[in-house]
Amino acid sequence: MIAALALGMRFGDKRVFRDVSVDLADGGFLLVTGPNGSGKTTLLRVLAGLTAPSQGEVEGPPRHTVGYLGHDPLVYRELTPLENLTLFGRLYRVPERGERIGMLLERFGLWEVRNDRVSTFSRGMQQRLGLCRVLLHEPRLLLLDEPYNALDAAGAELLDGVFTEPRTWIVATHEPRRVDRLATDRLVFA
Amino acid sequence: MTYFSDVAALARKDLLLELRAKETLPSMILFVLAALTIFHFALPGGTAHKAALGLLWAALIFTALLGLTRAFVAEREQGMFDALVLAPCDRSAIWLGKSIAVFAFIACAEVVALPAFAAFFSGIDGRTVAAVALADVGICTVGTLFGAMAVAGRARELLLPLLFLPMAIPIVVGGVGGYLWFLALYDAVFALLAWAAFEYVVSEV
Repeated sequence: MIAALALGMRFGDKRVFRDVSVDLADGGFLLVTGPNGSGKTTLLRVLAGLTAPSQGEVEGPPRHTVGYLGHDPLVYRELTPLENLTLFGRLYRVPERGERIGMLLERFGLWEVRNDRVSTFSRGMQQRLGLCRVLLHEPRLLLLDEPYNALDAAGAELLDGVFTEPRTWIVATHEPRRVDRLATDRLVFA
Repeated sequence: MTYFSDVAALARKDLLLELRAKETLPSMILFVLAALTIFHFALPGGTAHKAALGLLWAALIFTALLGLTRAFVAEREQGMFDALVLAPCDRSAIWLGKSIAVFAFIACAEVVALPAFAAFFSGIDGRTVAAVALADVGICTVGTLFGAMAVAGRARELLLPLLFLPMAIPIVVGGVGGYLWFLALYDAVFALLAWAAFEYVVSEV
């Protein structure tokens, strides 16, 4: 599904990581762990194609089959959930967009607030919307950076349910206990 | 057709964001009115039409710069470039959608600015209005590209004027002189260049 050989990343004089290789099969679950500032986010950005590595190359699936959720939920705060998901549904050419959006908003408990501005949401609700956005186009490969951040117990359970779906996952977290049992591959940053 | 529906969706999003936030357009209108008022009192009575026209162009360029500075605020502050760049649409659609939205903001500011100029100084002829419309196209296409480049930089507030103002000199020359063919040529050349270059600009944003 995704392979990277001998990846290295440096920002100026500061080396973030080096010689990191990834070879994740279809349906695999790569758990990336490590303390804050160890390079987890940078690695995910490199694997998502958002940042070019200083060395090495990434071979991944085409863009329309990839979903990426970073530290931010990556939604427009002055738009409503419905407007955000409609925009990204269009850009990702999601078939039967209205039904899919409705189903996701219901699932993540956002249907009642679908016409409210995201700027009025709590951080946890924004994270739920970020998850809706990332799942909207049924990606085969999902890259999630600290996905449990800001989620309450109910939100975290919803996310546990998402992880049971048959997709390929790359999840970076400094709290690995919740998803440890799902991991087929592990990458530990010091 | 998919390309243009992407462009329309992205432009609509920017117009909607401005309609909700009301941050850019009111600032642009206030700025251009304040600038024209200052010029009105700074210039001695009986100043030649050509000199006043030069000040109009200066006011329009700096008003546009104000709009361009705000053009990518949502993308920068909310990390939305990542989401847009990962979408499978043609990346130049992001540039074109943003250019259309910026064009709309500048045109709205000019709807106020041109009558104000006529009231403060002298009347505006059709040729000047046509020159302003053509200049807007050039300002939006070049300015949006530079706006995206500036988002990636650390000194972004400094970078955009440094990149944009030298490129605006031919627009002022064409506008003050009323050389419509020159402005049309500028638009065509730089729209094409900006359209082709945007993919590379956002690859590392």
